Amino acid sequence: MEFFIQQLTNGLAVGGIYALIALGYTMVYGVLKLINFAHGDLFTLGAYLGFTSLVSLGLADQLGVGAALALCVLLVMGLSALAGHVLERAAYRPLRKSGRLSAVVSALGASIFIQNAIMLLWGARDRAYPADLLPPMTVSIAGQPVPLIRLVVFAVSLLVMVGLYVFINRTRMGMAIRAAAIDQGAAKLMGIDVRRVVAVVFMIGPALGGLAGIMVGLSYGQINFTMGQLYGLKAFTAAILGGIGNIPGAMLGGLLLGLVEAFGAAYVSVAWKDALAFFVLILILVVRPTGLLPERVAEKL
Amino acid sequence: MTGRFPLPGPGRIAWAALAILFFCLPLMGLPPNRVGLLNHIGLYAVLALSLNVILGQAGMFHMGHAAFFAVGAYATAILNTVCGWSILATLPVAGAAAGLFAALVAAPIIHLRGDYLLLVTIGIVEIVRIFLINDPFGLTGGANGLINIARPVILGFKITRPPHFFYLIWGFAAVSMLLFHWLENSRFGRALNFIREDTVAAEGVGVDTARYKLMAFVIGAVWAGFAGTLYASYMRTISPGSFSFWESVVLFMIVILGGSGNQKGVLAGAFLVVGLPEVFRFLKDSRLMFFGAALVLMMIFRPQGLFPPRRRTYAPPPEAS
Repeated sequence: MEFFIQQLTNGLAVGGIYALIALGYTMVYGVLKLINFAHGDLFTLGAYLGFTSLVSLGLADQLGVGAALALCVLLVMGLSALAGHVLERAAYRPLRKSGRLSAVVSALGASIFIQNAIMLLWGARDRAYPADLLPPMTVSIAGQPVPLIRLVVFAVSLLVMVGLYVFINRTRMGMAIRAAAIDQGAAKLMGIDVRRVVAVVFMIGPALGGLAGIMVGLSYGQINFTMGQLYGLKAFTAAILGGIGNIPGAMLGGLLLGLVEAFGAAYVSVAWKDALAFFVLILILVVRPTGLLPERVAEKL
Repeated sequence: MTGRFPLPGPGRIAWAALAILFFCLPLMGLPPNRVGLLNHIGLYAVLALSLNVILGQAGMFHMGHAAFFAVGAYATAILNTVCGWSILATLPVAGAAAGLFAALVAAPIIHLRGDYLLLVTIGIVEIVRIFLINDPFGLTGGANGLINIARPVILGFKITRPPHFFYLIWGFAAVSMLLFHWLENSRFGRALNFIREDTVAAEGVGVDTARYKLMAFVIGAVWAGFAGTLYASYMRTISPGSFSFWESVVLFMIVILGGSGNQKGVLAGAFLVVGLPEVFRFLKDSRLMFFGAALVLMMIFRPQGLFPPRRRTYAPPPEAS
């Protein structure tokens, strides 16, 4: 039972992080049908920007932990959104009318670019978030001490998810995003500025990815310039598992993947942990070829 | 085109001259490390040509080609180091193993739509890599891989030095191009192009799309297996790190950048994607950053690839009177 609680909370925290990154993939895919391979690297960028604001700028000493974290989150989300916007303008907008595969290669090139730019700016060695920033608090669940950070990570991701869901379903901009996802041409005819929709989507996604980057830094302490590759791949897997283009699907896929990994590593084998996610993916796609919660969009003929 | 054997035009003659010149390079005193680079380009070219059947001809988003490459390389390495087979004898087995593996893993996923297939093939290459590292059957040597793989011996001649390998690898690439060219223009190749352009229409006129797609996968995989044999005996050491998701991405980029479906383009893509980071070596640590930027720029200026495939037209069959 002790072990079970630990793995459950761990899985939910990791799953929440996957879900946050997955949202960026799924929103961009929903509107543009583009796999943004550089998204994982924007997540890394977020983690490094968080590192700079917390360590190099020493915000915590000047403002106190709470205000420092709040400012750090705002700063990182803003800058990540800006980076996402620049990425879209530079690497994707010129290719909007070309084939989908050219955009994929452009995305891969952008990913290489961002990853190596991070390496040049911050160095190739691992960087450590300040260990004494958050007191090592634990919460007791069923008599088990669980690190508070896990619950915070899970709660924040859940909160963001609900907020995004409301934004997509209850606001004018959200309605425009949904319309553009269903049929760009028709959306344009209805007076929706699809360019603006794309720009907004490319800012929200990276902002959430940057937030996920800070959370990884805070919960694991160490960040690395290549970490976006694996996190990005896992998050993309989560998005596909849930049914790409679908926001609750990304949440579901992320949490499922986090739990499968945590319990798989604990009860099956740590060495096979990374393979397990893909086994689950293949099994689910063989049975449900468009994921768990597919968007109901008619196949274009 | 007139006649069955038209006279070669100036374009063709130029290409042929370029090819002959290229094959003379090692004889003209090119330093061994440069020949080594050309050998690497050649291996990537063979792999990319085989991926081109799946991705370029049949239009299936396959980003896990390194998995088939790995199966071939490990088949050769195990048969050679454990069972003592000669490298040449392992070649057909490596191809068959990779083909069989492809048939097994591709059959259940062949119906998946574009991007779903893309991620699943990434998943397969990762599972294969982790399998090789964890080594559950004690054959693959774990994370360190296998060492002391023999050199190939052809008709009593032992191939050891980079220039020897140059002719082996590029000779193989030339044969592959010829065979794939023939395949492209066959009934099979036309069926694949039909599937790429419009799967539903192909299905509608009676093309067994699932079977053709699977065959494309198997053919591409067999060839990747052959490339694995060449690679294993060239490097003499193989380890799971050489068959990562990233290698698959490199192959994918070669095909798309060159001009998916066009062999000339795929060859040019191999030179660019493998060679450009070498050209950028003077930029030191920032070379990969510039390489990434170059990829984006090339796609923006040539979205169809360097050499987009020409639309092929066919004369209608003569009417029966």
